[in-house]
Amino acid sequence: MSDKAKAALRHVGDPTPASPAFAHFDRATELKAYRDMLLIRRFEERAGQMYGMGLIGGFCHLYIGQEAVVTGMTAAMRPGDQVITAYRDHGHMLATGMDPRGVMAELTGRAAGYSRGKGGSMHMFSVEKSFYGGHGIVGAQVPLGTGIAFANRYRKDGKVCVTYFGEGAANQGQVYESFNMAGLWKLPVVYVVENNRYAMGTAAERATAQSDFSRRGASFDIPGEQVDGMHIHDVYDAGKRALDWARSGKGPYLLEMLTYRYRGHSMSDPAKYRTREEVDRVRQGRDAIGYLRHHLIENGWATDDDLQAIDAEVRALVADAADFAQSAPLPDPSELWTDVLA
Amino acid sequence: MPIDVLMPALSPTMEEGRLAKWLKKEGDSVSAGDVIAEIETDKATMEVEAADDGILEAILVPEGTDGVKVNAVIARLSGADDNGAGRGKPPPAPSSLVGEGRGGGLSAAESGTESAKSSSPSLPHKEGEEPTTNATSGTDAGKAPAAGGAPTEGSDALPPGTEFVTQTIREALRDAMAEEMRRDPDVFVMGEEVGEYQGAYKVTQGLLDEFGKDRVYDTPITEHGFAGLGVGAALAGLKPIVEFMTWNFAMQAMDQIVNSAAKTRYMSGGQVGVPIVFRGPNGAAARVAAQHSQDFASWFAHVPGLKVVQPYTAADFKGLLKSAIRDPNPVVFLENEILYGASGEVPVGDDVLVPIGKARVARAGTDVTLVSFGIGMRYAEAAAAALAMQNISAEIIDLRTLRPLDMATVIASVKKTGRAVTIEEGWPVASIGAEISARVMEEAFDWLDAPVLRIAGKDVPMPYAANLEKLALPSVPEIVAAVKAVTYR
Repeated sequence: MSDKAKAALRHVGDPTPASPAFAHFDRATELKAYRDMLLIRRFEERAGQMYGMGLIGGFCHLYIGQEAVVTGMTAAMRPGDQVITAYRDHGHMLATGMDPRGVMAELTGRAAGYSRGKGGSMHMFSVEKSFYGGHGIVGAQVPLGTGIAFANRYRKDGKVCVTYFGEGAANQGQVYESFNMAGLWKLPVVYVVENNRYAMGTAAERATAQSDFSRRGASFDIPGEQVDGMHIHDVYDAGKRALDWARSGKGPYLLEMLTYRYRGHSMSDPAKYRTREEVDRVRQGRDAIGYLRHHLIENGWATDDDLQAIDAEVRALVADAADFAQSAPLPDPSELWTDVLA
Repeated sequence: MPIDVLMPALSPTMEEGRLAKWLKKEGDSVSAGDVIAEIETDKATMEVEAADDGILEAILVPEGTDGVKVNAVIARLSGADDNGAGRGKPPPAPSSLVGEGRGGGLSAAESGTESAKSSSPSLPHKEGEEPTTNATSGTDAGKAPAAGGAPTEGSDALPPGTEFVTQTIREALRDAMAEEMRRDPDVFVMGEEVGEYQGAYKVTQGLLDEFGKDRVYDTPITEHGFAGLGVGAALAGLKPIVEFMTWNFAMQAMDQIVNSAAKTRYMSGGQVGVPIVFRGPNGAAARVAAQHSQDFASWFAHVPGLKVVQPYTAADFKGLLKSAIRDPNPVVFLENEILYGASGEVPVGDDVLVPIGKARVARAGTDVTLVSFGIGMRYAEAAAAALAMQNISAEIIDLRTLRPLDMATVIASVKKTGRAVTIEEGWPVASIGAEISARVMEEAFDWLDAPVLRIAGKDVPMPYAANLEKLALPSVPEIVAAVKAVTYR
């Protein structure tokens, strides 16, 4: 079987067995991961509804399907480690602990949003949570994240910057300019390629000469791993290895997360480039939340009732965020002129 | 037949240099390719190779001589005549040279001379300007600045007793960085050849020695990448000084400057700032043609979220660079290769700053206002001197900062003179002059006695041929003619 076929199968094929190493979560951690993933999914579903109702404008890229990637990586990080990503960013924000109200209010363009209504879906930040955006230009966040890692090294503060980008962005030249400097200067950065298989409407194998993205750092001596991004335990294990590597002064590490987005690229995506069956196959066979739910029950760590309670809590949180985001005031017109310069 | 060995130019802008050392004596025989001498400029040392075989018959310029003009005859070889007729006449061309780097980037900027180049512009938006007219009134009207004269005045509100030192703009910039690096450990320098090579134009000379590798970073040739890396470091609170070998190469980094540096504060609702300085030479160099000779001032001045500075005097280069480094916003700091070697009086003091956003009245006058900035000031000053001979009194405004633009100083002057001519090296379309012209029309229409005229670079890519290059740049006669037109003389 060709590399390309294998890569495609990993995305949409039968469930892969979880690696045996997943005993790293204790019950509390696993329940929290379940709750965080569920929060992202419910939040994104609600955002999609609100977009359809005209309450959210512009571009809105939903993270549904990819929840295990950011949740597993976040579980492996230490407080103070930074996160930077592109525009499919709501999940990353919620995973860092940013307030769903503030995120949703930004989506509706309200003054109470994280960027006071001036950033929108693609541009939110929280210095408090070490979340550095939210960037709208494909690939541009990669040098930025490398620069944050540069600052970590400059200050010798032991932090690592986790820099996310898609497999589409992996074809941008500035990614390799960043790899080169990160390797050269041994910067504490973990590059996470979220390979959700489609760069907008272009399947990875149609846009890249070599579709094993974990090998993209090889020219710079950056170690890479391909990880099943639908299995949070695998993500967590690989994340730990990568973070330890970067934190110990060995330089950058590259993780390719094989994942899948259920929704379109953005809300306006007619999704003609893949079949409904393909999407359904992943949802039914490889869903990250379904996998974790199954694991919790099998392991005796939760009952259906426990999980329903979590579901209820999450739904309430999302409903509250949605209400807040619709009732919060618009930015004052004077905000037009503020924050241009310090 | 004797062959002249000429003083070579080490760079497109070099006019003269020091003959540091002869490596051959009179009477020595030399072969083509032998190193026969070393020459120096304030930027570099280079070797002179023989271009022909022969005997070094006479050394005409002894070693240790300063100020040897390019193309002066420095030695004479007696030709090796053995192959007689075949050889034709020996090329008088100098043996030259050496070194070289990337593209035309490495010229050894010399200065001083009459070169005419100017620079560019940019413009503002209404918001954000704080135009007080605090232009130092300092200049006496009558002072007729020689063309190309190095600038001195222009420091703002100096405490009594401030001492001055004469230094080149190159040195002033280096001192500005060094002082700010001593003051704030978060300030660091990165760019191509800024460390071990001591700067492609020697602006960062000595910084690596003083501050070490943890503060001075030689980057790979990767403008897009290191500009973005610098912005990322600034997001995390450091204060990078990112040097572009020239701004021509910064086009590769445009996305990071405009989309990342300029917009993040706004997009984050004020949460995250980008305290970074992007600096390097901008504008026409000499004889390096279209890709290495252009003025980006108006490009950057167009972008809200940036501050854009393009000084002219040595004092302003230093004081404004220090202000830029301390500024919490991204600052585009536009230098000029041709000015690096120009000298001026620079006030001494770690906290002597020149504020961003304040123009300077460089010369007081009554009949017309010349508005310029950067190397454009050279043309303006030369034109003002020429006009003075014809009893036309020109006031010169050196904008210094192009965003935010200090329109109050310009308007106050125009209200006095009733006329304005703008001067810049950049292209005329959507130029700084275009903005000034529009703003003067909006804000001082009733005081105008003539249309505002613009003198700019010609609307073509920079040609290589010397005569065409000269035509492509603004000239003093063009300014004089424009002034006569608006003063109806």
